[in-house]
Amino acid sequence: MQRRLQNINYLDFVLWFIRVSIIVFVAWGTIATLLDNPYSADVWVNFTVLGLAQGSMYALIAIGYTLVYGVLFMINFAHGEFFMSGIMTATVFIAGPLSASGYLNNHPVISLLLILVVSMITSVGVAILTERVAYRPLRKAPRLVPLITALGASTFLQYTFRGLFGSEVKPFPQVEALSGKISFLGTEILQTQMVVIIATVIMLVGLYLFVMRTKTGKAIRAVAEDKDVAALMGIDVDRTIAITFALGASMAGAAGVLYALVFRQVHFYMGFLPGLKAFTAAVLGGIGSIPGAAVGGLFLGIFESVGPPLFLDGLNVPAYHQLKDVITFTLLVLVLIFRPQGIVGERLAEKKA
Amino acid sequence: MSILSAKNVTKRFGGLVAVGNLNIDLEEGSIVSIIGPNGAGKTTFFNCVTGFYQVTEGEILFDGQSLNHRSTDLITRLGISRTYQNIRLFANMTTIENILVGEHPHLKTFWAEAIFRTPRFLKEEKDAEAEARRLLRYVGLAGLGDSLARNLPYGAQRRLEIARALASKPKLLLLDEPTAGMNPNESAEMMRFIKNLRDDLGITILLIEHDMRVVMGISEHIHVLDFGQKIAEGSPKEIQRNPRVIEAYLGRGAASGLEKQTDGISATV
Amino acid sequence: MSNEKKFTLRNAINQGLLAGLITTLISTVGMVELFSQRQLIAGVMTMAQLFIFLIPALISFQTARKAPKNSILLFSAVTSFFASLPVLVLILLASTFGLRRFLINVSPSLIETLTFGQGPLVGSLILVLATTAVGVAAAFVDQMDEKIRKPILAGLMWTILVGTFSEILQERLRAFFGIGFTNLIIKSKALQPVAALIFLVVVTAISYFWQQRGDSIKKGLASQSATQRRNMTYAQRIAFFVLLLILPLLLGSYLSEVTNNVGIYVLMGLGLNIVVGFAGLLDLGYVAFFAIGAYVMAILTSEGFLGVAQTSFWLALPVSVITAVIAGILLGTPVLRMRGDYLAIVTLGFGEIIRIMANSDLLKPYIGGAQGVLQIPKPSFFGTSLIQPGQLYYVVLAGVLLAWFVSTRLSNSRLGRQWMAMREDEDVAEAMGINLVNTKLLAFAIGAGFSGLSGAIFASKLTSIFPHSFNLLISINVLSLIIVGGMGSLPGVVVGSLILVGLPELLREFAEFRPWMYGALLIVMMLAKPEGFWPSAIQKRELHADEESPPVEEVAAAD
Repeated sequence: MQRRLQNINYLDFVLWFIRVSIIVFVAWGTIATLLDNPYSADVWVNFTVLGLAQGSMYALIAIGYTLVYGVLFMINFAHGEFFMSGIMTATVFIAGPLSASGYLNNHPVISLLLILVVSMITSVGVAILTERVAYRPLRKAPRLVPLITALGASTFLQYTFRGLFGSEVKPFPQVEALSGKISFLGTEILQTQMVVIIATVIMLVGLYLFVMRTKTGKAIRAVAEDKDVAALMGIDVDRTIAITFALGASMAGAAGVLYALVFRQVHFYMGFLPGLKAFTAAVLGGIGSIPGAAVGGLFLGIFESVGPPLFLDGLNVPAYHQLKDVITFTLLVLVLIFRPQGIVGERLAEKKA
Repeated sequence: MSILSAKNVTKRFGGLVAVGNLNIDLEEGSIVSIIGPNGAGKTTFFNCVTGFYQVTEGEILFDGQSLNHRSTDLITRLGISRTYQNIRLFANMTTIENILVGEHPHLKTFWAEAIFRTPRFLKEEKDAEAEARRLLRYVGLAGLGDSLARNLPYGAQRRLEIARALASKPKLLLLDEPTAGMNPNESAEMMRFIKNLRDDLGITILLIEHDMRVVMGISEHIHVLDFGQKIAEGSPKEIQRNPRVIEAYLGRGAASGLEKQTDGISATV
Repeated sequence: MSNEKKFTLRNAINQGLLAGLITTLISTVGMVELFSQRQLIAGVMTMAQLFIFLIPALISFQTARKAPKNSILLFSAVTSFFASLPVLVLILLASTFGLRRFLINVSPSLIETLTFGQGPLVGSLILVLATTAVGVAAAFVDQMDEKIRKPILAGLMWTILVGTFSEILQERLRAFFGIGFTNLIIKSKALQPVAALIFLVVVTAISYFWQQRGDSIKKGLASQSATQRRNMTYAQRIAFFVLLLILPLLLGSYLSEVTNNVGIYVLMGLGLNIVVGFAGLLDLGYVAFFAIGAYVMAILTSEGFLGVAQTSFWLALPVSVITAVIAGILLGTPVLRMRGDYLAIVTLGFGEIIRIMANSDLLKPYIGGAQGVLQIPKPSFFGTSLIQPGQLYYVVLAGVLLAWFVSTRLSNSRLGRQWMAMREDEDVAEAMGINLVNTKLLAFAIGAGFSGLSGAIFASKLTSIFPHSFNLLISINVLSLIIVGGMGSLPGVVVGSLILVGLPELLREFAEFRPWMYGALLIVMMLAKPEGFWPSAIQKRELHADEESPPVEEVAAAD
């Protein structure tokens, strides 16, 4: 015992202190809230469904981080901007005019598909361009270099779209066909949320099958395993990496449409927070793993929607919803510090080192 | 007395036993080799000694002190230093800077003294640089002090790495394949150099080596690892005749058939 | 050279289209239009026109270098001709469809700028011809003998620079030489054509003769004895310090204010330089320490209702710095084991957490929430309040000199070597007996200290602070200026701050595009000049690792 104590150094001490205080804080807040009982069960269910819808988007965006990280071991900072660019363009060029002419509500399915396609194509285009210009020439550079260009690409894209479409918040038209509520397992759920969840499930399954079953998917996995060997097997590595970016960006483009359906507004800065949160989700699920990204996204969505009222309400924190992002960032920081391999994941973090 | 003794050291990675129940004793002032096929756990053992890995079971004693749970930098301060199999110099620093970093454990001034340039700091820096130049001469790289480590030829990089390791004034020096990638002439020279290290400075030397000419030429004692287990130890003569060693290197069939010619074979393995 | 593939006409066309697309992009995001009011040379050229022609000219210049020797002019002409086509398409689309409905900056006045006010048809023709002409001219310049080319380029560059800053120069010239003389050169914020021509000729001539004489002067310097040379450097240093001391007198109030802002960023940059440049730890939450320094200063000195002590600036200053240092250690500790990109994300998270907390109602009773802290007094010095920017300048200068001094001394010490070794290879550094915990924490702490100092001065300079002044963009800004200047290079920090902070302050049209430029610069620098404009010796070696041949033998012989 004597010996063990002597070996606990400063760093371990601080880390344990953080662990313990977080647990105490969360437990205290939760118990206080539950004793106080400010919300009915219905409200909690609504929080959860909202979280699920939100988490679906995180899951879709997180796919992009995970795919790119799996292949290049690089955090693509600009991924949130791929998400933004698609839906911004689709809103300005398609949704706006369609809504103004009334076509949107007369033919909602065709319109939404058109919006989806334009959004995905734009995102993919921006992603491929970014990869070609900012990342590909630096593939052999020291590790910090692509991270810095990614940061630059992120800022550059944000302000390019600000310059193109303006700095104000743009409304995304309401789709009347989706404006109602439906009853599901005894609770009322917004139709948009339902659409978001179902669409996400379809896309995630599709993507998973694509990566696992098709030849291109196999090439992606081979490149993720070992670029040099993959190249020896006749795989065009550059092209495969571009496809990986495109796949991730197409998911982000789709997530953009879902985001617009739920929040009904778009903005040049809208990519930053969801991007960072989706990254958190990807890390939560174990970065590099596609099912992990999905699970991580859903978990984060629910955590973010249920967490603030559960942890903070009982502590009488004023306007606790302001601290929603603090909770998410704290989770991000804690996960990266304590479990960089993710909650369920294997030790991928070691491989890249 | 033994300067380093590993007692029942085991290192596991998940289910994989990289080093299993290893016992090694090093006489002070001796030159000892660890040999074995690739993946036998040699470098893992080095990493355990230097504290880069924590041992799973067992204990490593250095000068009578346990190294378990000590961090790498503290172990270096105790007097163990090492080189790496794939040379790991500070490639973008000059050779002198590399050695100066190696001298780190013996520099005493507080960082704030550097801001005020206290006499003590200036003297220490001057002495440190003189010592670095001396070491550079010692390893035969005189005059290359201001060139980048990266730009040195291969052999010189190996020597610089040793100079850097010597800068911490170690009692025990761990050399991980010091002659890897060298031609026979260079290897022979490196062999003489290692011998001199021990003779001049009295440093105990533990090396991992694949070149049997080197191993048999300078080792006073040899440990043979295979799959993390020690399968033999003894003097070079004994090892060359040991059937288990030949088996590990050449396979079972070869072991029985070629036993008589072992000297010749093991010298070329 | 292996990359010397044959440069075909097709490559020239691609280059041209690329240039055109870039020009179109800067037009559509609104940058060209924004500068159409700024006259470079009165009645001759606006800054917007410079933007339109600059990129085609640069790319034609490039083409001329690569093109086959006998058809350089043709290639440049093709490149610049194709460079005008995308812009032409933009003009066409804008004048036939109402593009403005979608792209807010494609306004009629942009089209007017792009067509030189001559209507779409004639204007387009002018644009194509002018762009092609500029491209051919660039190729001509490229073909000239180096002895002539360099002076001409220098002359052009300086004329454009003077034209760009004519507004400020006008004010300064008036202050020193009176209105009459100034009007000869610069009138209503624009360089006069005749003055511009004279200036161009004079600068070119000076540059030409300097080049001729330069060699003999250098030889003269080289033949001096060591003591003479040392005396020279001392003289230079003293002259430089005197210049620094009287700078506010030369600059006047407005430019002193700009200098102070640059200084605040230099101070932050010097701090981040220790963390990123020396120790190699990419910290994206660096703004947090700036915020902490600023808030501590604000709370301690404010005369408003949030102020707790109303202490003097000089008492609060060390407290701010120490608080920032402690925060640096506290936030640095949990991330000690992280490397590279994860470290970047976690520090970014810390920065955001602190900003959101500062903005929240939770801490509003203490630090004012979104309303910020008001009524922070300016520092006073022996009873005089330093209200003028020219007075505050000395506070900023003192801070910068202190940080500079500490940085230089540390980088040449054991600690500096520890940081360098850690940046090169963390594992080996530890195996050399370096305690990573202490070494990293020292980097975080000293970096945070400089940033806190900067924040404290910032707070009392602005007299009020708000959470939104401490967003991620500040961190990106500081990172950009380090990268532009050169990681690990102290003069680089100053150069970077001048370019990234000074320039946009002088050209206020830029304000909106600052982040856009930072982003673009981060990418361009990493692609083209990763060591920065004023690289430290070390960084230069590091990033051009593959290009050098090992000069070992020569070194050995020389030694």
